[in-house]
Amino acid sequence: MFNKTMFRTPGLHKTPLTLVATAVLALGSSSLFAFEPEGKVECIAPADPGGGWDFTCRSVGNVMETLELVPRSVQTINMAGAGGGVAYAHTVSKREGDDQVLVAASTATTTRLAQGQFPGMNADMVNWIGALGADYGVIAVASDSEYDDLPELMSALKENPRSVKFAGGSAKGGWDHLKVLITAQAADVENLPRIPYLSYNNGGEAMTQVVGGHVDAFTGDISEAQGFMESGDLRVLAVLSEERLPGEFSDIPTAREQGIDALGPNWRGFYMPADISDEAKAYWVDAMDTIYASDEWQKVMTRNGLMPFHMSASEFETFVHKQIDDIEQLSKDIGLIQ
Amino acid sequence: METLGFLIDGFGVALAPHNLMFALLGAFLGTLIGALPGLGPANGVAILIPLAFSLGLPPETALIMLTSVYAGAMYGGRISSILLNIPGDEPAMMTCLDGYPMAQKGKAAEALAISAVASFIGSLVATIGLILLAPLLAKFALTFGPAEYFALFLLAFATLGGITGKNPVKTIVAACIGLMIATIGIDNTGVQRFTFGVLELYEGVDFIIAIVGLFAISELLFFIEARANGGTPKMAVNKLSLSFADIKAILPSSLRGGVLGFIAGVLPGAGASLGSFIGYTLEKKIVGKKGYFGEGDPRGVAGPEAGNNGASSGALVPMLTLGVPGSGTTAVLLALLISLNITPGPLMFTQNADIVWGVIAALLIGNFLLLLLNIPLVGIFVKLLSVPPMYLLPVVTMVAFVGIYSISNTTFDLYFMVAFGAAGYVLRKLEIPLVPVILGLLLGPEMEKNLRHALDIADGDWTVLWNSGLAISLWALAGIGLVLPYIVGPLLRRRMRQTAL
Repeated sequence: MFNKTMFRTPGLHKTPLTLVATAVLALGSSSLFAFEPEGKVECIAPADPGGGWDFTCRSVGNVMETLELVPRSVQTINMAGAGGGVAYAHTVSKREGDDQVLVAASTATTTRLAQGQFPGMNADMVNWIGALGADYGVIAVASDSEYDDLPELMSALKENPRSVKFAGGSAKGGWDHLKVLITAQAADVENLPRIPYLSYNNGGEAMTQVVGGHVDAFTGDISEAQGFMESGDLRVLAVLSEERLPGEFSDIPTAREQGIDALGPNWRGFYMPADISDEAKAYWVDAMDTIYASDEWQKVMTRNGLMPFHMSASEFETFVHKQIDDIEQLSKDIGLIQ
Repeated sequence: METLGFLIDGFGVALAPHNLMFALLGAFLGTLIGALPGLGPANGVAILIPLAFSLGLPPETALIMLTSVYAGAMYGGRISSILLNIPGDEPAMMTCLDGYPMAQKGKAAEALAISAVASFIGSLVATIGLILLAPLLAKFALTFGPAEYFALFLLAFATLGGITGKNPVKTIVAACIGLMIATIGIDNTGVQRFTFGVLELYEGVDFIIAIVGLFAISELLFFIEARANGGTPKMAVNKLSLSFADIKAILPSSLRGGVLGFIAGVLPGAGASLGSFIGYTLEKKIVGKKGYFGEGDPRGVAGPEAGNNGASSGALVPMLTLGVPGSGTTAVLLALLISLNITPGPLMFTQNADIVWGVIAALLIGNFLLLLLNIPLVGIFVKLLSVPPMYLLPVVTMVAFVGIYSISNTTFDLYFMVAFGAAGYVLRKLEIPLVPVILGLLLGPEMEKNLRHALDIADGDWTVLWNSGLAISLWALAGIGLVLPYIVGPLLRRRMRQTAL
């Protein structure tokens, strides 16, 4: 086997910023920062209006204006293409050193980076600032399904990996597909590549097929499943979070408590261009912490089904790299990439 | 009764002041663009799509504006039919038959008013049909698995040419061009096809760019070419004198036309041409010798106008419930929905209920607005039509460029749009229809995906494709749809031509 670190391109743009950032953070007061944003701040949403990234930019932009973290307004720029690849390439090649632009990212970004879908680019070419919440993965079946809990579903897969067919809203090898594989791997299912996964345009379409009895199980995020869960058509077997989710979701068991150690957070966060000053980076990292702690943001999270998940600075950077390594390994295991 | 509640909520959305304003704007611009001689509603909507993006409208407002454009274009089509004897598109042909003679007799204003009333009644009848039928069909759509969807897409392709289609071979060529363009991008197993390492092509070709390029930009090129060789047509309208009795006289014709049009619109492939044709011939049969059809009988204006407006609402049924458009214009609207992150189909009625019912309510409101706009203001439209194209063209071009750029903020899209415009111009010169190209592009990926899913679920067993009663019926319908134009088409076209003479 290859050593996976071999596949990590040497960090051309990586600077020891994270250390500085943590050090400054430890002082804990924003008045010490030499950097203050001036004029217009931009937030690039790497998708068309209406999607998750667009939501991230617009809602965080609003909260930043309310908290007066920016002098004027935050302008959301939609830059769709290649599942975020166009915006990533733009940030890497045209925005180097620009400390007034944030780019929305999520697990979809790390998945594509891990699978080499942004050709010639890797995670070290940008600055990872922080995450402000997550949508957790779920495995669900139709309410009249023969499977009552996750171990039952997994033992069926162990006997015959083709016995349960999954429907999800991402492409083959995408995040929804990976959640099935992460769960199956944690349950010691062998022959992962043989598990059938059908990709639909979005979670809604995939669920319709599961509820209609055409496909056995649904893989997606909790926010997608909410509608069909409330109507009673869909039974969520497990949520892929560390602990049970708050509020109306507290009845749903985690995979962990059913003896299957699988986690699938689809985080929402930001990266920035490379080569920005330490002060600027520290300012934005601190802004992430301020936003996450604010009542305004907590209200946005509750309203939109976002679950607790927060990381910033070096912790986030480490997390992103680990997630990319894990996904890369899993994608190799199932033969998606060489 | 659930439906009624949704509809009331829908009115809440559609009657919001800004939405109402954009509905009015859409109705006005739609009528104007529909009135341009030779310009059909599909092109009209395509030309105005960029406007929604340049204004940065939220999804429901964008949709409300463009459905008003859609309805308005159907109304506007009759202006040039009546005044100039030039139909804007095929469905408007029937309106020429009695509308132009009326205008020649100095009754142009009456003909326009009657056609506006008939259009209103036809649309109203069909929109009520849409409200009743769509939720039922949406529930039924849950029984559609991948195999059934595959058969449904086949049906859509089989009926592409439509019963009145002219050259089946060119239709097939056009559909294949669309299907070929649809293969560009990363397929759903993660394999790159024809992307040539260009990041912008990874997600495939954006429908909206293709549509605006093919329809709007090529239309502009045609406009320039046509106007370079001729002047602006002269039109005039007399003062309106229409009594309540005149309207009462055309009421039955309009109701019949509306119902027939709606049915024709729901059927895939049949569409508005059939609606207006049946509307006209039925009136002629029912009225019999007492009428003076072909010499300016008001009922000959009312029947087909109600028919073609009814069909345009009917065509929204398969588009909204199953995601399969029955006509060029609904295909354009489908592309718009997809680009606004709204997937048509059974789910839309539950997940995007506010949008669907907002749009349906907007259709109703739009009809009232159009009636108001079209009777007293018809003179203004006629005047605007004589605005020299040297003022109009730059505005349309600017809106197209600004709109497309504001979708993704890349100049790549602009080059792409211009390339599509040039391709559209060439295709139209070769008389290859553009609607099948768009349908191929829109439906191709879905058809492929459903075929793959069906085979995946059945572990590669091809018989799954015709394993259910529903699938078999759809295959049978597709077979009929493919063969029927060859048998009935020439017959029908001959009759249409005879009636026209």
